[in-house]
Parts: sequence; structure tokens; C-alpha cells
Amino acid sequence: MISRVLAAFVLGFAVCLASFSMAPPAHAVLEVDVTKGKIDPLPIALPNFLGDNPDAQQYGVDITTVIGSNLERSGLFRPLPQVSYIEQINDFSQRPRFGDWRTIQAQALVTGRAVLQEDGRLRAEFRLWDIFGEQQILGLQFVTRPKNWRRIGHLISDAIYKAVTGEEGYFDTRIVFIDETGPKDARKKRLAIMDQDGFNIRNLTNGADLVLTPRFSPTSQEITYMSFAGNRPRVYLYNIETAQREIVGEFPNMSFSPRFSPDGQSVIMSLQQGGNSNIYVLDLRSRQTRQLTNSPAIDTAPSYSPDGGRIVFESDRDGTQQIYVMNADGSGQQRISFGKGRYSTPVWSPRGDNIAFTKLGGGRFSIGVMRPDGSGERILTEGFHNEGPTWAPNGRVVMFFRETPGSGGGPQLYSVDLTGYNERKVPTPNFASDPAWSPLLK
Amino acid sequence: MLRSIAGLKVAAALAGVIVLAGCSKSDKPDLVAQSQQTAVPGSERDFVVNVGDRIQFLVDQSTLTPEAQDILRRQAAWLRQYAQVTVQVEGHADERGTREYNIALSARRSTAAREFLVAQGVQPSRVSTIAYGKERPVALCDAEQCWSQNRRAVTVVTGGAVSG
Repeated sequence: MISRVLAAFVLGFAVCLASFSMAPPAHAVLEVDVTKGKIDPLPIALPNFLGDNPDAQQYGVDITTVIGSNLERSGLFRPLPQVSYIEQINDFSQRPRFGDWRTIQAQALVTGRAVLQEDGRLRAEFRLWDIFGEQQILGLQFVTRPKNWRRIGHLISDAIYKAVTGEEGYFDTRIVFIDETGPKDARKKRLAIMDQDGFNIRNLTNGADLVLTPRFSPTSQEITYMSFAGNRPRVYLYNIETAQREIVGEFPNMSFSPRFSPDGQSVIMSLQQGGNSNIYVLDLRSRQTRQLTNSPAIDTAPSYSPDGGRIVFESDRDGTQQIYVMNADGSGQQRISFGKGRYSTPVWSPRGDNIAFTKLGGGRFSIGVMRPDGSGERILTEGFHNEGPTWAPNGRVVMFFRETPGSGGGPQLYSVDLTGYNERKVPTPNFASDPAWSPLLK
Repeated sequence: MLRSIAGLKVAAALAGVIVLAGCSKSDKPDLVAQSQQTAVPGSERDFVVNVGDRIQFLVDQSTLTPEAQDILRRQAAWLRQYAQVTVQVEGHADERGTREYNIALSARRSTAAREFLVAQGVQPSRVSTIAYGKERPVALCDAEQCWSQNRRAVTVVTGGAVSG
């Protein structure tokens, strides 16, 4: 429903522009291997997109800024300062003087223009050039309502990222999180949403009720989260488009730690009974629940594998918090974490190849990853308090929150590459926690 | 430390009462001298000041310590005496755990306290529970002396108490 509405007005279409070169793309030259540890970022030239009139020129400059910022923060690109450019791009159909760009060490060049069409829509066109191969390797155009110009910047960023790395991008995405204001012993928490780069931030709840752990639907503009509304802590659904809120199910006790299934048709969560918490799955159409774990322990933080066949969760059934994997029907429960310390908040990568987690030990909180069989554990970041990883849709970047100590301390959002390099703070106006990355927008 | 926090709460609550009282009486009562005396038997303040409304837990534990059991015994005796009072036990965890687990851990703590009260003869229907995880710290330093205060179960009077 929502994606159809969005598709209608956000983005018309992306079409390929005719290539200047008849030769096949020379990927052997322009290539970044994202699986390596420390990466030398690719030097890329990004002159401002052109425009026929002052308004179009301004959109051109703004879109270029978004692209440059995205590519720089990915850690895989190094946008070269515009003052260093020798050739001035004055015409979108101009073939670049590749020697001029080689002189300033550029390996890639993006040229583009913004056009305000007679129908009131904004069109942005761009070409990605391989400086050493001396050819165009990508040319696309996007059309949208002018107020959605940032999304054009994100889509072009994704296209460049994919052309150079061979991986899907993650720039045309959003983050849902908890906005935190007020002193530590009287925190106001609001459900909030923003673009992945921190722009277009919007509060979804007013702070009257304590809200926690929002998670995106993989298939619709919906969020599942926990709210203490009415002094009854329960799992809710929230529709981003309609702002409608509903309780996911009526249970005698607390429900918490929700997450959608990959097909968006179910919510998996913990139900509490006395001192015991078990994992249940709720079918959103029939509203039937099914119990998946039955241990005299705390079983929580469930997360599906991307194919929906398995579930990773944490349990203290063996004495302390550890990570377990089971089949989607609850069978075959098996512990996979055996390192020193406690393991918590497991999240399955959208690629299926890794599980991110919070690790507690020696008074420190780390974010790490391991393979679904528990092997290959690696710590991505470590410190006083890092918690709650969430994956970018391409499974290459993890976002989490980091608490600063002290009575005036609080949480802020950070991202780090799967390699453990390129740690970045994600800008938010207030303290922020419990981030959840959306899928690529439709 | 625990006592002083409870005392502060009383002082704050009392301040409101005295302001009201001040409207009808010309001489201003002394706040400190009054605080213990004005806890009317069977009132919420009586419960907090003279019985003790909270117990503490060890790290990652929900076992009731001997000190906690003493406080809960006093709570149960008071609740048996004032049989119309209903309470909610709030479970809490310190900040040195992850969010979801701490919610469940604090539910375990409030449940342990509730079960003890019930075993001591308080009707189950009079005692509800809620779990706040690490969301409501009362002590804010990053040291054990604060974290230990936050690992708590607080018995809150929700109805039926004598006013005053």
C-alpha cells in the first residue's frame, strides 16, 4: 500500500543514459574490494551538478553535497576537493578531459545536472566516468517531486556505490530509533525516524509513554516496538504513513523484544510469565500465537535468518546470557556462543552470513560478529558501553548506540563497517538509542 | 544511603502537604521535626518510612538476600494489618546490562518479591508487578554504590491506604 503510494509520487523512474563509449565497462580498473580489512578509499571527483537556472543550480549543488557526504562516510570513497579540479564541467554532454582528472589523482568522476521539468518535477541525471579506462561506466536519471531531492542524492549514491563495489548500497534508507531528552533519572523517550544520514528527522510519539526497541517491517511502512502506555508494557505496531498505533496482541503479562519475520507477516517476541520469559511468534493475519521456547529462563531478543528458516536469540538457561540458534518451529535449539563473557542482542545479517551481538565482560560492552555456527568471532568496537547492533540492508555496516558514562551521560548512535574500520558518529539532535535500519526504500 | 533516599521522598511529599496546611494555619510547621511524626499509621508514608518500600539485589541476581527478606517480612506484616491496601511491585535493573534482558531480569525480581509477600500471607490479588528494566535509575553515578541502588524492587501502594 505505502510503497505503491510512495512510488507514485517519490520517484518516477530511473533510466540508463546513452554511454559515450562503445567499449565494455572496464571494472578491472575501477573497483573497490569491500571485504578487505583496511581500505584505501577511492579518490572520486564530484563537481557540482549543473542547472539551467538558479533554482535548478541550487538543487544541483545540494544533491552533489548529499552524494559527496554519503560516499565519504562509507569509508570507501575519498571525494576530492572541488578547488583542485583543473577541468571545469560546463556542459552535461561534455566528454571529460581524462588527463586533467588523472593529474589530480581522481580515479572516478561523476558529472550531472538537475532539471526542473515543465510538469513541476525535478529530474537529476548523472554519469560515472572511469578515469583510467577513459569511459562512462554508468549513466542514469531520476525524477521526483522537488521536495524529495535528498532521496535523489541517496539513490545516485547507491548507484555509484554499486557500480564501484559490486555490492548493493544502503544510502536510500531510514533509521528508526529512540530520541532521549531530559535528565538520566527522568528520561523522556520518543519514537523517532530519520534518513540514514540524520536528515529529515521526525518524532513519531510525544514522549508521554516510555517506548523502547523499535524495529522496521521488511515489507511495509510499519514499526513494531515496546511501549509502557497505560502502565502496561506491551508490544505495539505503528504505521509510519497513517500514524496509527495498535497493540499487537492481548496477553496476560508483559510482551517485549519484538521483531518482524522476513516476510513481514509475523512478529516474534518474548512473553513474560512470572520470572520466566519465552519466545513466541504471532501471525499478524490470524493473530494466533505459537510458543517456540519453553525454558525456566530468560529467552529473549529473537531475530530471524533472512530466509526465515532459523531464529537466533539469547537465553540465560545455562547460567549467563548466551546466544542460541533454533529452527523457526522452535526445534533444534543449540548454543553457539562459547567465548569469555556474556553475549546478548543477537541480530542476523540480511546477507545471512553473520550474527551481530553485544558482548559484556570485564565491565566493558562490545559489538561483535560471529558466523551462525558460532565460529569466526570478531569484535568491531569495544568500550564502556556499546549496545544493540542493527544491520545496513547490504550487511556491510552495523549501527549501534554508545553510552557515555556519568550522571550527565547518555547514548548516541554510531556506525562501523563489518571490517571493524570506519567508525562514524551518526548525527542526532538529542541523545539517541535503540537504532533499527530500514530495508532499502521502495 | 537507602534510608536517605526514602527520607528525601518523604520530605518532598510532605512539603506539598504543608503548603496546603499553611493556607489554613498561621504558624508555619517545622518540616524536619514533623516528618517522622506525621506518618499516619496505615498511610503510604507510614509504609515508606516505617516499613521500607524497597529491596536490593546482587548483580544479575533475583535471589532475595537476608536483608531483602527482612524488609519483605515487614512489608507483608504491614499489608496483613492494612488488608484493604493494594500494591504494585516495580522491578528494576542497573544500567550495566542490555535492554531486553534487563526488562526480563527486572520482571524476575518483581516476581520474586511478590511471591515472597504472597507466601507471607498477602492475598495474591492485592499484589501486581511491573518491570522497568534499566529505564528508571535512582542513583546516577557510574560506580557500584549507585548500580546497587538501581538493582531494586520497589513496593508501591496503589490503593486502599489511609490518607495523610
